[in-house]
Amino acid sequence: MADEAAQGGGISIHPMDQFKVEPLFGGDHVGMLTPTNVTLWMALAVLAVTLLLVVGTRGRAIIPSRAQSVAELAYGFVYKMVEDVAGKDAIRFFPYIMTLFMFIVTANFLGLLPMSFATTSHIAVTAVLAMAVFLTVTILGFVLNGTKFLGLFWVSSAPLALRPILAVIELISYFVRPVSHSIRLAGNIMAGHAVIKVFAGFAAIATIAPVSILAITAVYGLEVLVAFIQAYVFTILTCVYLKDALHPSH
Amino acid sequence: MEGDIASMGQFIGAGLAAIGSGAAAIGVGHVAGNFLAGALRNPTAAASQTATLFIGIAFAEALGIFSFLVALLLMFAV
Repeated sequence: MADEAAQGGGISIHPMDQFKVEPLFGGDHVGMLTPTNVTLWMALAVLAVTLLLVVGTRGRAIIPSRAQSVAELAYGFVYKMVEDVAGKDAIRFFPYIMTLFMFIVTANFLGLLPMSFATTSHIAVTAVLAMAVFLTVTILGFVLNGTKFLGLFWVSSAPLALRPILAVIELISYFVRPVSHSIRLAGNIMAGHAVIKVFAGFAAIATIAPVSILAITAVYGLEVLVAFIQAYVFTILTCVYLKDALHPSH
Repeated sequence: MEGDIASMGQFIGAGLAAIGSGAAAIGVGHVAGNFLAGALRNPTAAASQTATLFIGIAFAEALGIFSFLVALLLMFAV
């Protein structure tokens, strides 16, 4: 594809090349356990979160340092979100949701560094996160509520004749959750990065270079916003699904 | 111009799929606009509903992302 574009004389940088998974230590073969650039940047995300939340709060100062206040801010933000959206009894799942949020937001921001790799732009990465949430919520719903969890699909407020039809719709919308949950995050991040690369391709043409550099700056600013909002949306939807599992009454 | 009729179909299909992004933009605009209209009528209740706003935007946007994905698949994966 890149060759075709080069022959066409159009875009010299292929916008999708940045998402290529490559082994870190040479070679072409990507096996199950090959360390790739995805592994590297995910490890860096975990490292950054650890640095912020563990090393940053080590002092436990009454007057917090900068790192400690950021960590406290993040903690309070996610705690309030879980409490508001999923309810007080969902607080015991706070560590899981905090982990999800911190990992996604850090991976998104690390992906925005020039020459870095956006791990969350891969559906393989986000699908694992979304499937974990889906399985957790489904198993939790059945363990906590037994067969009453199926009441989620049986809309008791609707007229009796409509309920079977609604049950089918609810069932479909339930099983499409992990799909939309993962594709929303991956799609947003991938789209933003591809747009930046498309404008970067235009920057090679001298007459429109200033416009395209301005456009890159603007899109980059938007992407910083998107990186945070998509992590927020992913976590808040996890909270919504968790609420369904804890209180399945429709 | 060169190429075959299959790749022409790919490009036309990708372009048609991109219409879905515009439709999603209308949806997101509706959500945000209605939220703003409601928030200006009752500003005290607005802060507690921002989570709902983002959930609404996320659902509206997801379908636009689906169509974008179809376009990408047509362009690069088929």
